[in-house]
Amino acid sequence: MSQKRHERRTEEAADGDEEGDAPHQQARWYDGDRYEPLLNEKSTDTVAVESSLPDDLTREELTLPDPSEPEVTRHYTRLSQMNYGIDSGPIPLGSCTMKYNPAFTEDVAAHPGNRVHPLRTDDDKQGILGLLYELQETLATVGGMDAVTLQPPAGAAGEFTGIQVAKAYHEANGEGERNEVIVPESAHGTNFASAAMAGYDVVELPSNEDGRVAVDALEAAAGEDTALLMLTNPNTLGLFERDITEIADIVHEAGGLLYYDGANLNSLLGKARPGDMGFDIMHFNLHKTFATPHGGGGPGQGPIGVSADLAPFLPTPQVREVDGDYETYDPDHSIGRVHEFMGNWLVLVKAYAYILRHGDVGLERISETAVLNANYLAERIEYEVPYGPFHHEFVASADEDAADVAKAMLDHGVHPPTTKWPEIVDEALMTEPTETESKARLDDLAAAFNAVAATDPEDLAAAPNETTARRIDQADAARNPRLSWHALDDT
Amino acid sequence: MPYVTHSEAERSEMLDTVGVSDPDALFDIPDSVRFDGDYGIEAHSERETRAAVEGMLDESPDLTEFLGGGHYDHYVPSVVDHLSLRGEFLTSYTQYQPEITQGFLQALFEFQSLVVELTGLGVANCSVYDRATALGEAVLLADRVRATDGDTVLVPADLPDRVRSVLDNYTDGPEITVETYPTSGGTVDVDGLADQIGADTSLVYAATPNARGVLEPDLAAVGDLADDNDALFCVGSDAVALALLEPPAAYGADVVVGDAGVLGLPTTYGMGLGLFACREEFLRQVPGRLVGAGEDDAGNRAYTLTLQTREQHIRRERATSNICTNQAWLALRAAIHAAWLGPDGLVDLAEECVTGVAAACERIDALDGFTAPVYDGHHFREALIDTAVPAADVADHCRHAGLAVRTVEDAGEERLAVCVTDTNLEDVDALVDALAGYGGGA
Repeated sequence: MSQKRHERRTEEAADGDEEGDAPHQQARWYDGDRYEPLLNEKSTDTVAVESSLPDDLTREELTLPDPSEPEVTRHYTRLSQMNYGIDSGPIPLGSCTMKYNPAFTEDVAAHPGNRVHPLRTDDDKQGILGLLYELQETLATVGGMDAVTLQPPAGAAGEFTGIQVAKAYHEANGEGERNEVIVPESAHGTNFASAAMAGYDVVELPSNEDGRVAVDALEAAAGEDTALLMLTNPNTLGLFERDITEIADIVHEAGGLLYYDGANLNSLLGKARPGDMGFDIMHFNLHKTFATPHGGGGPGQGPIGVSADLAPFLPTPQVREVDGDYETYDPDHSIGRVHEFMGNWLVLVKAYAYILRHGDVGLERISETAVLNANYLAERIEYEVPYGPFHHEFVASADEDAADVAKAMLDHGVHPPTTKWPEIVDEALMTEPTETESKARLDDLAAAFNAVAATDPEDLAAAPNETTARRIDQADAARNPRLSWHALDDT
Repeated sequence: MPYVTHSEAERSEMLDTVGVSDPDALFDIPDSVRFDGDYGIEAHSERETRAAVEGMLDESPDLTEFLGGGHYDHYVPSVVDHLSLRGEFLTSYTQYQPEITQGFLQALFEFQSLVVELTGLGVANCSVYDRATALGEAVLLADRVRATDGDTVLVPADLPDRVRSVLDNYTDGPEITVETYPTSGGTVDVDGLADQIGADTSLVYAATPNARGVLEPDLAAVGDLADDNDALFCVGSDAVALALLEPPAAYGADVVVGDAGVLGLPTTYGMGLGLFACREEFLRQVPGRLVGAGEDDAGNRAYTLTLQTREQHIRRERATSNICTNQAWLALRAAIHAAWLGPDGLVDLAEECVTGVAAACERIDALDGFTAPVYDGHHFREALIDTAVPAADVADHCRHAGLAVRTVEDAGEERLAVCVTDTNLEDVDALVDALAGYGGGA
């Protein structure tokens, strides 16, 4: 049905390349482990498309890499060797909760019972619905919430969903004119962006001198326009918002709702629940708290929990148990869907398995150890940590450019912390080691921090030297965007 | 505690270092909001956990599915699992430190290149969540780049309700109006669209294959109408269909959205891999992450996340989207699958989606009591079937034979919808057997 028309480009290159380099000469590409050719540079084929369809519907030809299976395997194996994951070593990125991902959850995800199409009838997907129901209930318990939707496909999608639910609630109460969402200045960027996407004006809330919400500023900001306050607790400095009850009262008295950003939930398991603090809506980042693999940028999953008053507005479908069977239903005033189906099903399965594996005692031990590890690491490093007492993460202040510090840490074989954010700390090094790092690995991390702290600033600026790539010229990459191999051909 | 590794001695040494005797003392939580209760969850060994979860999943029967409707199954070669599950990929974070994540960045760059080749458009991002959220993002992009008199988006009458519902949430905040334009004979009614499009239209959407499985015969006419009215033209498709079909850029598409999870991702209860590509002039309005090629200090080509000033972590409420985590690992899997197939394998797979459903329809149409397909035109994977007895009864009957077939409301009728791909092609015999003699009448 398709037909090879052109010779492989590699063979043409062998004859015609100006530099006289033959293909398969590894030395051409193999510059000190630093570069691997693109797939299309290894082998490219153009096939003429022949189809039973009329010509006016089809393309004439398709040009793509055409490696053999052994070549595919070597290419991606090589690329994996040029990549660092939690299986390689610690990733102490603050607010990212990069903890070890248990291997067995991948086997659970590979079980044939996951191979179920979402458009089966309820009767024919009882296994899926049963797990969805149990996970809904479990997350509601962990969050202190009355109802949970599992649908949002990532944390930011959970924020957007929660804000849409809040909006629908206000509109149903004849308060649709509320048009502001209050967000602390140190909040995650997604909070601002999600509120704006939902059509709200964002009101930025300053911190007080101890790094927490300035309650008097909140009092001034909260009013008849307030739809929602979005807060993470502990906040991005790792500090618990001690005035949370007063904060909740202020927002509720103004007629607004309280949204909990679940990014830092790994510090609260068994210790405190957002629902008990007065939050009306929250999201869970399953890849953070419940250790589903981050996959280099996703898939995640961002279920949201809500209080009983908001449950009728949740996305459709929800799952309930009726006489031992499970069924889907539409909440009475549902906002509809935020994903065509149920988001990233396999992430839900892995998170549920992780929770079941740990149980109450294990979950509480996770948070206790996460907080202990952060405090231990902070004690071991020489950089100043200006705010405390912190929980699962801390923000140290670098003496030099924090981005340079991060690059220099790479040369010590560890992933650096989040840098230059939150901005309330000068040259911030936002550090979250998580509970799965051993004392020895924490000592290694501390040694890396301290070695960099003792390094000459000029040497910092030249780092990294021991990595797959040296420092990359970001400004140039943005000025001259080349976003596909087609764009490389043009230059 | 399975993944917390401190020995008691290490733990007490660490506690000494931080100056407390119990980690609980490190929690600065007022008593009034402390949680004193239990979750009521028992701990399980790994073996017990697997048995429990897998036992739950086994409650769903083993069926041969002819479903579809936005979530499609193709055979995924073993290399996709074996390579993508390598821990260096699976357990890595977003590539904020490109010097130690060149491998994933290169794979995403290659994925973007694949999408550029398939769509013919200049720019592809490294994914959004699914095809419905991709359409939502396209509409928001149109709202930013088209200063039209109104903010109306036109979608076809056969747009699936589930997709429409997602779109309604995306358009709610910026107060964009979504209107439906008619279809006739199973495809876009170009005259009907012409009557409806106007100065207030910011974007026109059409899908090929469309929701009825029909390949739209004249999208160039839709593109011309959009162009004449200064509206963006957004085409919905998927990464397998596009291997065979004319690249949408060739007939005027400004944006292409759809599902790339047809590569690398088998049936997984509706997980998707949102494909998003657009013309280069909208580069700075693209939602989500972009990987670019640049140079490192040693003068070597190196890859990095780029143009991040569009994104939420820098631009906050003025970002092009709130998206942060996307579907990167699934993009890796799609790229591996495409590499394994090569261009001829990809075209063959797509052609099988044309011939498989056509052959199934021919056999079903020959049975008493069935008209297959309902609509003329060339189909891709799916087709609608008219039944003499109520379609729901036919679906029930198939179900007793272990076959899952769905019914849809279409043009006021309840119809059978059948999806045929490489993974159920051999089961078409069983489907035809089940339908034979269940046509009613004679």
